[in-house]
Amino acid sequence: MLWVDDYRPRTLNELHYHVRLSQRLKSLAGSGDFPHLLFYGPSGAGKKTRIAATLNELFGGGVEKLKIDQRVFITPSRKKLDVNVVQSNYHIELTPSEVGNYDRIVIQEILKEIAQTQQVDVSAKHRFKVVVINEADSLSRDAQAALRRTMEKYMTNLRIILCANSTSRLIAPIKSRCLLIRVAAPSHEEMLTVLNHVAKRAGAGLLPQDMADEIITDANGNMRKAILVFEAMKMQSPDLSSSPPIVKPDWETYCYKVGDMIIQEQTPQRVMEVRAKLYELLSHCIPPTIILKTVADRVVQKVDESLKADIMHWAAIYENRMRLGNKKIYHLEAWVVKVMSLYKQFFLGIELGDLDDFI
Amino acid sequence: MTANFFQARGPSKKKTGKEKESIINPSLQPWVEKYRPETIDDVSSQEHIVSVLQKTLSSTNLPHMLFYGPPGTGKTSTILALARQLFGPDNFRTRVLELNASDERGISIVREKVKNFARQTPRAETVASDGKKYPCPPYKIIILDEADSMTQDAQAALRRIMENYARITRFCLVCNYVTRIIEPLASRCSKFRFKPLDSSSARQRLGNIAAAEQVPVNQAVISTLISTSSGDLRRAITYLQSAARLSGATEPPTPIFPQDIQEIAGVFAQTVGVDVPPTQSGDEDIDMADVTPLTVKADLRGFDLIRETVKLLIREGYSASQILIQLHDIIVEHPTLTGRQKSACALTMAEADKALCDGADDELWILEVALRVHKVSHPE
Repeated sequence: MLWVDDYRPRTLNELHYHVRLSQRLKSLAGSGDFPHLLFYGPSGAGKKTRIAATLNELFGGGVEKLKIDQRVFITPSRKKLDVNVVQSNYHIELTPSEVGNYDRIVIQEILKEIAQTQQVDVSAKHRFKVVVINEADSLSRDAQAALRRTMEKYMTNLRIILCANSTSRLIAPIKSRCLLIRVAAPSHEEMLTVLNHVAKRAGAGLLPQDMADEIITDANGNMRKAILVFEAMKMQSPDLSSSPPIVKPDWETYCYKVGDMIIQEQTPQRVMEVRAKLYELLSHCIPPTIILKTVADRVVQKVDESLKADIMHWAAIYENRMRLGNKKIYHLEAWVVKVMSLYKQFFLGIELGDLDDFI
Repeated sequence: MTANFFQARGPSKKKTGKEKESIINPSLQPWVEKYRPETIDDVSSQEHIVSVLQKTLSSTNLPHMLFYGPPGTGKTSTILALARQLFGPDNFRTRVLELNASDERGISIVREKVKNFARQTPRAETVASDGKKYPCPPYKIIILDEADSMTQDAQAALRRIMENYARITRFCLVCNYVTRIIEPLASRCSKFRFKPLDSSSARQRLGNIAAAEQVPVNQAVISTLISTSSGDLRRAITYLQSAARLSGATEPPTPIFPQDIQEIAGVFAQTVGVDVPPTQSGDEDIDMADVTPLTVKADLRGFDLIRETVKLLIREGYSASQILIQLHDIIVEHPTLTGRQKSACALTMAEADKALCDGADDELWILEVALRVHKVSHPE
């Protein structure tokens, strides 16, 4: 098992950081009137861990007996949808956005079903079941609208825990019905404590300070990534003494290469080469937004101050279009061309300006 | 039996009568449900609408109605209270059909369920079990809650139904955006616009609830509740309840501070803002970086400074829409920016808002807004 899973805290008491938040969750779970919750924060900050720990606090160890089910839903147009559902006796966890536009049907069916059945286990601590909805920010508007009244109506049998990266895409009525719980990324010191804890538990010996610093800077607030990198480094040098350099993921170096190519030369041929590389990245399932952001990061490091704002501006614009559009590569490419032309114009502009001054 | 039944219905009047419900322990109910107004007189801050509806109550003649307004202003509460006052608890279940977005509401449902209900002649009035007299006029009410999420086709199918059965059925459409209701439907209804609650009535209402729940709150907390919820009473009540839960769960109960409310609402704490530590109130920090003449060194690294701040902000997990709202408030009230500069800022913010609604990346757009604001406030 990976360290990330193996040493994941199981209860609220074991959590290392955001102590105040853990206390709050604990008091909520104990108080009897547990509200609907909405966890949000950057990835790798520990949202899922906190949800699992809260469930544990609510219902005891029984929530860890999970079974994975595949449920079939039928749309009004007789299309069959398969959804993977993880459930225990007390809760059910699903990712409705898996089925794209049909997520509303999944939400309606599941919630109605849970809402209309009562808890059969008499020894259960609470009478309600919990529905955990992952990736709530990619729910369609319809699905969110379907949640609204249900959340109020079936409060006796049902509590909803939403998990999202950002609340921007959630409609206001949902937000006003939930208790918002912000899970911020851990700070440098907090990550250090966790890494040391993992090192101790795994019997990996003492983690050298400089190595820890390096891992933490690299992870940029993503705890999961930090632990994964740590484990990888441990594999490379079991005694942790030589401190091997942090292995950047392949795609990241590849993206940097693309960025460098854009800066080196601005010609149609180069566009074609970049395009090939972008295709390569996309075909390895790297999300286009991440590609765009990483390449843009690299490019702005290398260009003149006055160009930076423009490059980010176009990155934002094309990222947005990419979401709305269908074919990602068009927009990535369009951005590349735009950046190239900006860059070239910038240089030509200066040269021409200089010439003017000369004459 | 009757008493028991009535008790069960008492706290949650929202049932259409389809599902029978177990008795709810009132202490476990969300306060928004618990303190829903019982009669239309209890509805806060919508005097005009209440006075019109009072008249219909005495004359027992009701037009088709279209309620619209921002969330949490009492639209659903008003129509439910009105229906209850008209029919009383016993007739309520046979005379009122409530459909909302969580029910399937495609065109087929409009054709079948709504039409069937609409064409039934109302049943004879049963004697009220609680001994009160209710007007109980000879028609039924169909409440279409969240009507703006109905499809155009479904709305079109309603048109004729509304006219055909107008004698025995009244419709009440409830929605946030009146523009999403097709014109032929809107013209068949008398429109009621619900305005955002003014702060004095919201204050009074929150005070009452806090008193009834025996939660000690001071005026500062209530002011924070009102300012963070911007006229949405439901949101304010939910925040209050959450805060009360959090404070009441510890031993001994800690008093509620305005900061708690801000944390629950996901708003940056305003008080920490002024002395510019780059975390916490980063959003003021961006603005400070943009607007106040910074030291030369920081100014040279303008782009990197802004980018780092945005990164930190996103790391803290604040949502982009919240950052936009607060940045907007700061810029609009900013003392030194000119009108032209402010408009330019507003323009980018509008673009960013649209992009965020379309699901664009938070970090990129906040960065974009910050850079634009920076550029605008630093003319060369």
